[in-house]
Amino acid sequence: MKLSYYPGCSLEGTASDYAASIAGVAELLGLTLAELPDWNCCGASAAHSLDEQAARALPLRNLRLAQRIGLDVVAPCALCFNRLKAGAKALAARGEAVTLRVWDLLDLLTQPAFLRLITHRLVRPLTGLQAVCYYGCLVNRPPAITDAASPENPGNMEKLLAVLGATPLDWSFKTDCCGAGLAVARPDLIDRLVRRLYDRALRAGAECLVVSCQMCQANLDLPQARISRQAGQAYDLPILYFTELIALALGHPEVPQWLARHLVDPRPLLTAKGLL
Amino acid sequence: MPPSDFTEDLAAALATAGLAVDACYQCRKCSNGCPLVFAMDLPPDQVIRLALAGREADLLGCRTIWVCSSCETCTTRCPNGIDIAGVMDWLKEQAVARGLAVPEPEVRDFHRAFLSAVKWGGGRLSEPLVMALYALKGGRWLKKLRRSAAAGEVATALELLRRRRLRLAPPKRLTGAGEVAAILRRW
Ligand code: SF4
Ligand code: SF4
Repeated sequence: MKLSYYPGCSLEGTASDYAASIAGVAELLGLTLAELPDWNCCGASAAHSLDEQAARALPLRNLRLAQRIGLDVVAPCALCFNRLKAGAKALAARGEAVTLRVWDLLDLLTQPAFLRLITHRLVRPLTGLQAVCYYGCLVNRPPAITDAASPENPGNMEKLLAVLGATPLDWSFKTDCCGAGLAVARPDLIDRLVRRLYDRALRAGAECLVVSCQMCQANLDLPQARISRQAGQAYDLPILYFTELIALALGHPEVPQWLARHLVDPRPLLTAKGLL
Repeated sequence: MPPSDFTEDLAAALATAGLAVDACYQCRKCSNGCPLVFAMDLPPDQVIRLALAGREADLLGCRTIWVCSSCETCTTRCPNGIDIAGVMDWLKEQAVARGLAVPEPEVRDFHRAFLSAVKWGGGRLSEPLVMALYALKGGRWLKKLRRSAAAGEVATALELLRRRRLRLAPPKRLTGAGEVAAILRRW
């Protein structure tokens, strides 16, 4: 299976661990991700906050590049996905033909065919790993853009974790906002939102959170030491990418190297579970 | 007489932008689900109400639009299909386009730095460049250094560097860099 791949800017930078795990999983699953040539930044929150025209035009350029190639396009970042979907909707509303589908990477890899493939290739079930799935905002919201069937209570990541042999726990905060867009300008606000997510995850019995977006990952991983200091409580909650867990369960040899790039080190937990 | 900041056209201007607000019946579902309402001076339902009342100056100067995280919870849940998050964006854009003073200059300046970084960086975002542009803006970095509030940020940056996650080299300059710069000409 071959798709166009829109990695987005942060996968070339701080989210290089996510990028590596995606390449690893694609290889394991026989998925060819052909990077969209000459793709540009989608403009993210900055564009839709200050420049509506740019917020439309930037993803449209990417979409046109993808349409020229003709393959469906997949994005691993919630915001990039959301902007590309918005672009596709805008084109369709203008009566232009949209010949491809825009996929969110998690949605793609939890299609029945991939779940079956993962089941067959499983070599190290993640037995005993207690996790909550954290989807964040923009993969699912607003459904008029994302076409999410269940924006308030998505379940595809839980389904995946169950296939991997882990124990996905139920909680009410899986689509609550972590405030990532405000992380630089108003870290005090995100500390409050993120701390509540930690507390709720712990209350649900989780040992880690699993995410499908590098902004959520960064926003839950990077400030954990600061939030712990302020709270007077040592949070030690690894924030794992779903792709890292797929690769781990499928026996990819490079998983420990990716995990070593997190700030909250997931290796002690996974070692204690006999998974590393 | 309406108050002096009354603009009859506000709701009409929003409607033209695809952001009609007149169906709001003040159920407050938007505000009840808003994760950032604790930091706002006007809850989202009042933003919509004031938009209907034409209170443009109050809205363009409020804190709410800047601490809104664009999480889209309100837009998803509004029973009347009002794009509340879209209204927040529209107000932010207007406030900046008109050069008004805003109560959260940090948020505004971060967005500006981001767009400038994409434009000057050749079409993709360089994370170190956006941080540098943001830090330099208004001497923010110096002020922070004086308060030694930058220590945490420097520590995080060093942790990322140690893990080879800070890419200091600029991103690839796109063949379409000119197209992107034209889209972002205002920044
Ligand atoms: S949810 Fe919609 S109808 Fe209800 S108060 Fe908010 S904007 Fe008005
Ligand atoms: S988009 Fe903004 S106003 Fe709406 S719920 Fe989220 S933070 Fe609140």
